Amino acid sequence: MTMRPDPTFHASPRLAMEAPAENFAYTLLLSPDFSKPDALAVIDVKPGSPTYSQIVHTVTMPNKGDEFHHFGWNACSSALSPLAGHAFIERRYLIIPGIRSSRIYIIDTKPDPTKAKIHKIIEPEEIFKKTGYSRPHTIHCGPDGIYVSTLGGGGKDGTNGPPGVFIMDCETFEVLGRWEIDRGPQALHYDFWWNLPRDYMVTSEWALPPQFENGIVPEDLLANKYGHRLHFWDLRARRNVQTIDLGANHQMALEVRPAHDPVREYGFVGVVVDTTNLEASIWTWWREGGKFHAEKTATIPPEPAPKENLPPLLQGFGAVPPLVTDIDLSMDDRFLYVSCWGTGEMRQYDVTDPRKPKLAGSVHIGGIARRTAHPNGKSFAAGPQMVEISRDGRRVYWTNSLYSTWDDQFYPDGVPGVEVMANVGRNGGLELDKDYFVSFPDGYRAHQIRLEGGDCSTDSFCYPSV
Amino acid sequence: MGWPLAVSAGLMDKSPRALFRALWALSAGHLLATFLVLLPFAFLLVLAEWQRSIQIGASLLVIGFGVYRLIARRHPRALARIPPTQLALWSFAVAIAHGAALMLVPIYLGLCQAFEFDAGHEAAGALMKTSLGMAVLVSLVHVAAMVGAGGCLAWLVYRHLGLRFVSRSWFNLDAVWAASLVLVGAVALALNLASWR
Repeated sequence: MTMRPDPTFHASPRLAMEAPAENFAYTLLLSPDFSKPDALAVIDVKPGSPTYSQIVHTVTMPNKGDEFHHFGWNACSSALSPLAGHAFIERRYLIIPGIRSSRIYIIDTKPDPTKAKIHKIIEPEEIFKKTGYSRPHTIHCGPDGIYVSTLGGGGKDGTNGPPGVFIMDCETFEVLGRWEIDRGPQALHYDFWWNLPRDYMVTSEWALPPQFENGIVPEDLLANKYGHRLHFWDLRARRNVQTIDLGANHQMALEVRPAHDPVREYGFVGVVVDTTNLEASIWTWWREGGKFHAEKTATIPPEPAPKENLPPLLQGFGAVPPLVTDIDLSMDDRFLYVSCWGTGEMRQYDVTDPRKPKLAGSVHIGGIARRTAHPNGKSFAAGPQMVEISRDGRRVYWTNSLYSTWDDQFYPDGVPGVEVMANVGRNGGLELDKDYFVSFPDGYRAHQIRLEGGDCSTDSFCYPSV
Repeated sequence: MGWPLAVSAGLMDKSPRALFRALWALSAGHLLATFLVLLPFAFLLVLAEWQRSIQIGASLLVIGFGVYRLIARRHPRALARIPPTQLALWSFAVAIAHGAALMLVPIYLGLCQAFEFDAGHEAAGALMKTSLGMAVLVSLVHVAAMVGAGGCLAWLVYRHLGLRFVSRSWFNLDAVWAASLVLVGAVALALNLASWR
């Protein structure tokens, strides 16, 4: 509890953009063969600092095999606002779920990021017992506490009952229980986010644990058995109000990015692959007349490639699918960044008109067939993956690993962990920064990034930008 | 209380009318809360011969609630459950949870005491009527003061000061609020005991 609001409480997206720039980037490291414990790396991102673009601190976990994926803060701008029931908590703890172990670590980042340490560990048994869910995935802080989405239900393989969202107390980090009261037809889960003043939540679908834990299951993919629906929820009543099917061929509707400005009632979702033609797509969803709608607003075609340049999984297709595995929306809702993990491209779309995205910038790096090197000459394995945008929208950071077993199928030559950054022009355009190139220790891959003080995929707001 | 919500409502709808609508809902909820808390005391005052005990009991209740709020600083999760559209309900729940309504009890009982002494011995019915009237009056005056202050602040932020004021300008008053409950209860208790001699 503090006497004054946390300095990282930004009432509106515009105030978040005007806040001081980030000094540190927190990045999750995972050991893909589970031989070492996963870790949290703290990277200095302050230009001019003697340790710029270097790891200045590492928190190594006491267990192996957690497989860190997505993480979040105990409090963001919405929880810190006077509209929430707990306005004087601090943005202090990082909540890190192990997607494979179902264990959750609470990391204390105060008094200084370079002294971050483990505050609490929630063992998998507690999550199983109190929620009946497993494989915790995405973290958002919200009106009821900390919301955690899960990818698995109960039982050893996580298929005993559907996965969903559970709630944790934002101060004691006690697991409180399931969030859903009426889930309607929802049976798969991936990402979730919301519009707080308008009181709705959006969730997406990936797959059940047997379809991802040991790698992608090509037969299931070609049979369109991965997720392809969006679910809309009444946030307070905790019930499904509408489900939109994007079409069975639109396999894996993953990251959900609503407009940051809460007066704007639209958002985006990325689809990894269309099984009819291997293209990836961006969809825009919006609310009009009390109903939700969604349409495909951008497509990215596959790139032909000689068979010998392809992993066995793709040799039969003679082409590289773009594989849109992450998207992120800048704080001013103007630019949507799209990771094409297969073709090795980071795309920037101008989404000023959200139903007509216009390509505004692009950089190539990595890629299954292209294997484009970084402008500093160093090689970059795999492709752009988890992407994070600075609050002011001028810097875009990304890593290169998707998920241990999937990395090995698409990039059998290995995926050494790397984090890069691109600078953004005032009116769009992307250019990779030659000086920012973080190589992680041998045997570690890098996944998601969180920026000190908030970023474009964690903070949600109760006030519009005026 | 609740002025940041009124600012949000005004900004979300881009209309001062929405801000005033929100203030109206907030005051309605607050009014209902204060009145509901004062109501039982209005009925109890019929028991004129127990009046002193009632007042002592009420003072202890306010002190007790203040101490509880000092120890249990967390806000009940149920408050976060109320949708942003149900401002009157939110205001009602917050006024109850914070003890805003309870705080009025010693003031209210003090006013009733003055009334009763002036009126001399009256029939129970008349006494209750006066008490109820006083309960309504105290609630109205209190809400008018709250909406006056909060409304001005909401309007100033909405029109002139901007959202940075919301981000930076406020303090955690939970402890101050709880301490003031204890103080009000203690003063009421002391006055009561002093007049006993």
